[in-house]
Amino acid sequence: MRAVDAVMECLKAEGVDVVFGLPGGANLPTYDAFVDGGIRHILVRHEAGGGHAAEGYAKATGRVGVSLGTSGPGATNLVTPIVDAMMDSVPVVFITGQVRTELLGTDGFQEADTMGITMPAVKHSWMIQHPDEIPRSLHEAFHVARTGRPGPVVVDIPQDLSRADIDYQPVTDVKLPGYQPTTEGNTKQIRQAAKALASARRPVLYVGGGVVNAGASEELRELATLDRFPVTCTLMALGAFPAPHPQWLGMLGMHGTRAANYAMDEADLICSVAARFDDRITGKLSEFAPRAKFIHIDVDPAEISKNVPVHIPVVGDAKNVLAKLVAEYRALEIDSSRLDTWWERIEGWRTKHPLRYDEATNGEIKPQYLVQALYEATDGDAIITTDVGQHQMWAAQYYHFNHPRRWINSGGLGTMGFGLPAAMGAKIGCPDATVVCLAGDGSVQMNMQELATCAQEGIDIKVVIMNNGYLGMVRQWQELFWDRRYSQVDMGDFPDFVKLAEAYGATGLRLTRSAGLGEALREAIATPGPVMVDVRVGREENVYPMISPGQAARDMVG
Amino acid sequence: MSVVGEPGTKELLSLEELEAAGGLRTGRKHILSILVEDKPGVLTRIAGLFARRGFNIHTLTVGPTDDLSISRITLTVDGALHPIDQVTKQLHKLINVLKIRDLEPDDTVARELALFKVAVEGTQRAEVMQICEIFRGKVVDVGRRSIILEVTGTTDKVAAFEAMLRPFGLIEMMRTGEIAISRGRGET
Repeated sequence: MRAVDAVMECLKAEGVDVVFGLPGGANLPTYDAFVDGGIRHILVRHEAGGGHAAEGYAKATGRVGVSLGTSGPGATNLVTPIVDAMMDSVPVVFITGQVRTELLGTDGFQEADTMGITMPAVKHSWMIQHPDEIPRSLHEAFHVARTGRPGPVVVDIPQDLSRADIDYQPVTDVKLPGYQPTTEGNTKQIRQAAKALASARRPVLYVGGGVVNAGASEELRELATLDRFPVTCTLMALGAFPAPHPQWLGMLGMHGTRAANYAMDEADLICSVAARFDDRITGKLSEFAPRAKFIHIDVDPAEISKNVPVHIPVVGDAKNVLAKLVAEYRALEIDSSRLDTWWERIEGWRTKHPLRYDEATNGEIKPQYLVQALYEATDGDAIITTDVGQHQMWAAQYYHFNHPRRWINSGGLGTMGFGLPAAMGAKIGCPDATVVCLAGDGSVQMNMQELATCAQEGIDIKVVIMNNGYLGMVRQWQELFWDRRYSQVDMGDFPDFVKLAEAYGATGLRLTRSAGLGEALREAIATPGPVMVDVRVGREENVYPMISPGQAARDMVG
Repeated sequence: MSVVGEPGTKELLSLEELEAAGGLRTGRKHILSILVEDKPGVLTRIAGLFARRGFNIHTLTVGPTDDLSISRITLTVDGALHPIDQVTKQLHKLINVLKIRDLEPDDTVARELALFKVAVEGTQRAEVMQICEIFRGKVVDVGRRSIILEVTGTTDKVAAFEAMLRPFGLIEMMRTGEIAISRGRGET
């Protein structure tokens, strides 16, 4: 059997139903195998679009995404999605073509050191040196991507090796002696954590994206409701705890709610569940949660005490650990009334500082209102992807996610152009869901070309552009921290998104007035096929509240 | 960790008594003995990890073990600059890394090899050779105007030898970096 036909067998054995990619010289053999390989292939217009689509697919479904590119520029175009997947712990297998082995190291046509270039940003990578290694390496790659703390992996296959004949035997015994993630959690530590929680008078559950990855939302809700623990989520975890729940404080961090940030500031015990104390959460590290002791549950031991020294570390998968923590907590004698004063304090902040904005008086569309209208128009039940910037923060604040895997965005790397291809991947993974990409007019242009893929393949996504004609978040920072000296942020009235959508074979619409916005969005979403809606919003609105960079939570402004 | 409210009891614990662990600077040199799979790129992965995380490698040696598929990397890191637990945890994440030991100084024999090329003429040669003998070094090459000496020992001994030779005119010095093995019957 040709090695590339074995690749198809391996992908099928791993349960892969779709891959995203673009062919080129070095992966021609692989593409020949796709002709009758029995795996759906989505032809993207740029490898980065394919990489982000695979991420969107993985984030929406919890399964491993697969993205293909050729050697050289094909592989380098995948670098952004690879780093993005690393930062947000997204399981994606990237398979790249490489020049023939005799050309390796000679600066051959379309040769790039894919292994070297991607090495700092992968969970692991495999450079194929013999065709017989291909099946085992691929299975190892899926195993590593999927287990422990998920992440991206790269398998680089030289062209001549991929077309060689091999004696293919299915691989069922993947063993990596140097890779044995701890998933169970130490019982003694978990007991200690339960006791600390039971003793705490001002506790907060600080929840990160790992809870979504581990599928631990139910366990989280159980723990939280056992004893009225206040819950706040990072940007990555929105939906892991239902936003309408009375114990939900809102998102924390730079653009989080005051209730969440003040609660962190005054807490005596913070139980971090699969979050990583990112600088957008902690602000000024020396003044972060100064009164708190920390429990940190994480499947990646290196995250524990990386940024903040932890008192009770628990290494393990969030689902396993939370289930055990619930059991341990039940065995204790709990006095829930000890939290009364704490809740009074929190309610005070909630009443005094709800998320708010000034409503428009001139009929223009406020960006926050656009998110609220979108929430109504989708009955709060869509998969929302975003790019990066103001629109992303407003979506996080005003679209109240009720379920995990409904909120898909680039959190760690902050990749503009992520949203549209991610929506494409999410829609393919969840064909029955309404999938909306809420984009900025700046960032949507970074992977605009994938609208052609959507039109050709009939991928039914709705792109709602929050168009303020600015690189809005950069403009906001220039306004606040650089004396309003605007530098290279005005995108003008270009392009004409309606015409562009039509040129791509999608439906294009433009909305400019606040009145009837909800109805118009509902109609747009009901329109079959890919739709792009250009929504003109107030130009100089700022995202508030805000912890200025390097400041402490109690210094929130706006 | 010793606090009231030990596991297995119903007694709650006191938050005040909890102590944070991790991120501590030990203030001393650490010798990490690392077994790795002998796969292409493994050294790059380790070096890259150190560069990316801003950890400084003081010395690094790589060599085969009695198992052909496994190599041993011995590296030294300054525990005053970097939290060693974070260094080892990051190293453990590399899939080709099989085992890491942070060797206890008291239970470890550490050695390095050094070569010195010294400018000597006339009577100085005898003096240099005498110092070499005191340090149990060896003369490995003699020229008309220079001499090459070899010495093995701990880092401190090599440094002391260097200090003695320097006034004579040290032309060149090569040091391998330390390798280390644990004392006693058990494997390192």
